[in-house]
Amino acid sequence: MGVINLMKKSTFLVFTMPSFLMMVFFIAAPLLIVIVQSFQFNQDVLQTIEREKCDPFGCKTEIVTVPLLDTDGKKIKNNQWVGFQNYSNILKFDQLSNIVSEKGFSWKDIRSIDFYKALRFTLTFTFLTLPFILILGLCLALCVNALFNKLKGPVIFITLLPFIITPVIGALSIKWLFIGDGILTSFLEYLLDKDIAIFSSSWSIEILMLFYRVWHTTPFAFVIFYAALQTVDKEKIEASFVDGANRFQRLRYIIIPHILPLIVFVSLIHLMDAYRVFDEIVGFSASGYITSLQWMTYDYLKLDDAGNRYIGRASATSILTMIGIVIILIPIVKKTFKDQKERQQ
Amino acid sequence: MDSKLFNLPFALKITVGFILTLWCLIAIFPLLWIILMSIKLPVDSFASNPLEVILGPATKGQVGGLSVLSIFFFSIALLIIYFFYRLRLVFFFYLRSLFKNSIISFFLSLVIYIFLFYFLFFIAQNNISFYFNLIVLKTYLPNFLSNPIIGFTSQHYVSVWFDNEFYKQFLNTMMVTAGVVSISLTVGTLAGYGLARSNSMIAFWLLILALIFRALPHSVLVTGYLEPFIEYGLYGKKTAVIILLVAINQPFTIWMLRSFFMNIPQDLDEAAQIDGCNPFQAFWKVIMPLMWPGVITTGLFSFLLAYNDYLVAALLLDGQSQTMVPAIMQYFNMETKMTDLVEAIAAAASITAPLFLLVLFFQKQIVSGLTQGAVKG
Repeated sequence: MGVINLMKKSTFLVFTMPSFLMMVFFIAAPLLIVIVQSFQFNQDVLQTIEREKCDPFGCKTEIVTVPLLDTDGKKIKNNQWVGFQNYSNILKFDQLSNIVSEKGFSWKDIRSIDFYKALRFTLTFTFLTLPFILILGLCLALCVNALFNKLKGPVIFITLLPFIITPVIGALSIKWLFIGDGILTSFLEYLLDKDIAIFSSSWSIEILMLFYRVWHTTPFAFVIFYAALQTVDKEKIEASFVDGANRFQRLRYIIIPHILPLIVFVSLIHLMDAYRVFDEIVGFSASGYITSLQWMTYDYLKLDDAGNRYIGRASATSILTMIGIVIILIPIVKKTFKDQKERQQ
Repeated sequence: MDSKLFNLPFALKITVGFILTLWCLIAIFPLLWIILMSIKLPVDSFASNPLEVILGPATKGQVGGLSVLSIFFFSIALLIIYFFYRLRLVFFFYLRSLFKNSIISFFLSLVIYIFLFYFLFFIAQNNISFYFNLIVLKTYLPNFLSNPIIGFTSQHYVSVWFDNEFYKQFLNTMMVTAGVVSISLTVGTLAGYGLARSNSMIAFWLLILALIFRALPHSVLVTGYLEPFIEYGLYGKKTAVIILLVAINQPFTIWMLRSFFMNIPQDLDEAAQIDGCNPFQAFWKVIMPLMWPGVITTGLFSFLLAYNDYLVAALLLDGQSQTMVPAIMQYFNMETKMTDLVEAIAAAASITAPLFLLVLFFQKQIVSGLTQGAVKG
């Protein structure tokens, strides 16, 4: 490349040091902590005491379990090394092998284990939305490109809205169209002439969530593709006219190869974002029916009714989630590197 | 572009028009619908007949609504907003000549716009229609002009923002976003400049590392830091959320700022250094003045990340220190009456208003920000 290496190494280090340190301290360090925690069992030390409880009808003693406090009034924690116990609590291999050996690979039973249920949804969600987003984004970009200049601005404005809106609120706004006797549910009921309850079965919630994600991410794909369309080589297109190519052939042989790197880029970003699906589950209040991997971590981290957090299990699910995204991204990154090398040679 | 070459046949024109109309409807309909629900009494908001939700007969009967005239005034208010929008840079340049500082004047003009918007929408709207109806009564204009035709009530907004003290959550969100935007821009600009002006192996690996960190699920960071935060009393403090959001945001920020810096020719650095600047003076006095568009764009995306966050705030904050998005979800979970539900919807609708404005004012920057990362990355 023609870039002269203007900056001295020491200057470069001074400029990048704050950001680098920040990433080390606040991304890499918690990552290590999570790895350590995933092998630990972390519990409050409990004690049972007798306590006298009085109400207007008299006093009685009861035995309660309360966390043991140290002199500062903090709960005393007991960190124990448990090896892979957190992982096996989540993956439940023994239960899985039982199911498989008894009933074969029956999905109905495997689904009863939270982790596999969440994994199934996360993967379906990530990969099923991808083609829709790419095709719809490209289609919109082509359409807007063919629009009069005056209308382009307003159409882009409206298109950007679903992308910019708070994901939880966006999901809520779609939920409100369908919940109970929401207008779209009533419309569907009118069309199909039967009673519909979208939020009482998991498959219909799942379809809504997929729809939401396509609605939310298509603008991103659209903007990228639209920008790329502005840089298509016009001479090539004119040449294709001379050669008598039709519209579809032009799309297939000139435009798509031109924007191919960007299709890879959009897919990469989408896979990263969709894999950590979480906001939809909150927005659609779907946790009773559908959960995702990141939701599992969140659920373990929340205080439960007994006032406990399952840090160890949360860490283990985090690690498993991370392993998943690495597996998904490796082929794409590998291919990009290969292409880069070929181009350089 | 040679228009003859790109002329579409009629059938294709119709298809394009149809697809775009359909998409625009799908894109904006859910958002418009929650706004519509939030200005009606529960009876109308949850009616299964869409016409009732739009026209709001019960709301009209019990509270009142908008007449043809007030709608007319409403549209004039919208036109005024549009006029200000066309003049959007005037405030900025005026304030900059006053304060000699781009950042302060930028935020001041933003505040002025947001204030104007709320003023025109919620305060002036009621007063204007009141006085106008008075004039109408005095001048004996025909009834059909001044009688309400569409039910309208702002009571849910009033009770959310004032009775339920939603403004506290609003302030919390603003504090968190301000912290996240300022810290990630300061740290990110330095790193972005360094990365754009170096092609050493360290720079390359730093960028790859950032890309890997970009893929991390956000819950990982919270899981790692929850225990230490509780231990050292940071739990429930906004600082904790700011730290984590800045960290989550950092990979994306340095990639985007780097690509903006790469658009600024390196000759400028060289010229500045020949004239006797050291690298930091060159950076601050020569390059940064050219970088403001890039910084504003990156700042927008940092703002969106912090403003839209649910996961981190829901896990690390509670009660009084909670930000808006988790607070709204708590509303929905606590809701007992239909009115509470509509109030929660009003809260949801009102936190989307600043985002609407953001797209309105910064459409170009958002588009350029999105494409920057793609083209240069």
